[in-house]
Amino acid sequence: MSEQGHTEHIVKPGTYLAIITTLLALTGLTVTAAYINLGRFNIVVALVIATIKATLVVLFFMHAKYSPRRTQLVIFAGIFWLAILLFMTLSDYVSRVDYHGAPSPSSQVTHLRIRQSS
Amino acid sequence: MHRTGALYGQFKTLAQQKDTASLGMWIFLVTEVMFFGGIMLAYTVNRHAYFPAFAAGSNTLSLKLGGFNTVVLLASSFTMAMAVWSAQTGKKQLISIFLTLTILLGFVFFGVKYIEYAQKFHHHLVPGRSFDITYCVNNPNQCADISAADMAVEREEIAKALAADPNLNSHAQLYYSAYFGMTGLHALHMIIGAGLLIWLLNGSVAGRFTPEWNTPVDLVGLYWHFVDIVWIYLFPLLYLIDRHK
Repeated sequence: MSEQGHTEHIVKPGTYLAIITTLLALTGLTVTAAYINLGRFNIVVALVIATIKATLVVLFFMHAKYSPRRTQLVIFAGIFWLAILLFMTLSDYVSRVDYHGAPSPSSQVTHLRIRQSS
Repeated sequence: MHRTGALYGQFKTLAQQKDTASLGMWIFLVTEVMFFGGIMLAYTVNRHAYFPAFAAGSNTLSLKLGGFNTVVLLASSFTMAMAVWSAQTGKKQLISIFLTLTILLGFVFFGVKYIEYAQKFHHHLVPGRSFDITYCVNNPNQCADISAADMAVEREEIAKALAADPNLNSHAQLYYSAYFGMTGLHALHMIIGAGLLIWLLNGSVAGRFTPEWNTPVDLVGLYWHFVDIVWIYLFPLLYLIDRHK
């Protein structure tokens, strides 16, 4: 524990290099995956890859893996609260009858069309 | 007076003092998570309701520029992590070198963002009275920066989106409001971050950071990595909505 002279863990440059390489590879992967038609799972794949990248940044670049327990608890609590925000709000929206294809403010309606190319 | 690692009365050790400082930084970052989380939630609700408009809007962004900026920002996180490592291991010159690299990469990001924003103004894609998602396909000679092949794809995509959503122009403005709101707030965070990095560079050139005391480098590092994480989510959410054909 910190009270008993906890010494700082120093992450080695080799670890940072491995992490940045993985992050760049995952960026390539997410672009590749976006070009494959996975239907409604495109967004799932994109968010899973983004979350893996974010986790790597938090654990290694931000040293959360080596942080005191109470710091880890704060991080976890933050993510948990975000999950409440997203889950409760979206479960409200998707269960509304008028959510999908809701009529838009008619004052804004503009009738656009694409001219035929000559 | 510069605080150079004096132990304050309420702490037993310097390590405990530093842990407390980084705990405070994390609590601030958690409030930032909620801040960006709320905006991303608003984005999600609109994207789900007006998918054709969001898909068409997303495809008008330049994936090359966005992808390049993603690589630049990830690289800047790496150089920032290396600056923290240099401080922890007492390599005073390396701290300044890595901080300078981080600042430079930050400015490359701003430069690319400027090109992207300028393009959107030019293409009538800024929400407001002159917003017109069909502007470029109807006036190809005004949008010379879009290649003929890309223009043909865009024409087809916008025609399809218009068929799915006759009110495409107002819903695409929702997408572009989200785009400018999210990337704008992200860029604002980066500007603040760049200011903090310049302040750190000033300190590191003066040789203030040592293995015993490098709290500011560590905390600004946490902030910079957080801004990187925001972009890690913004990139797929804004640029990669509907790229497959």
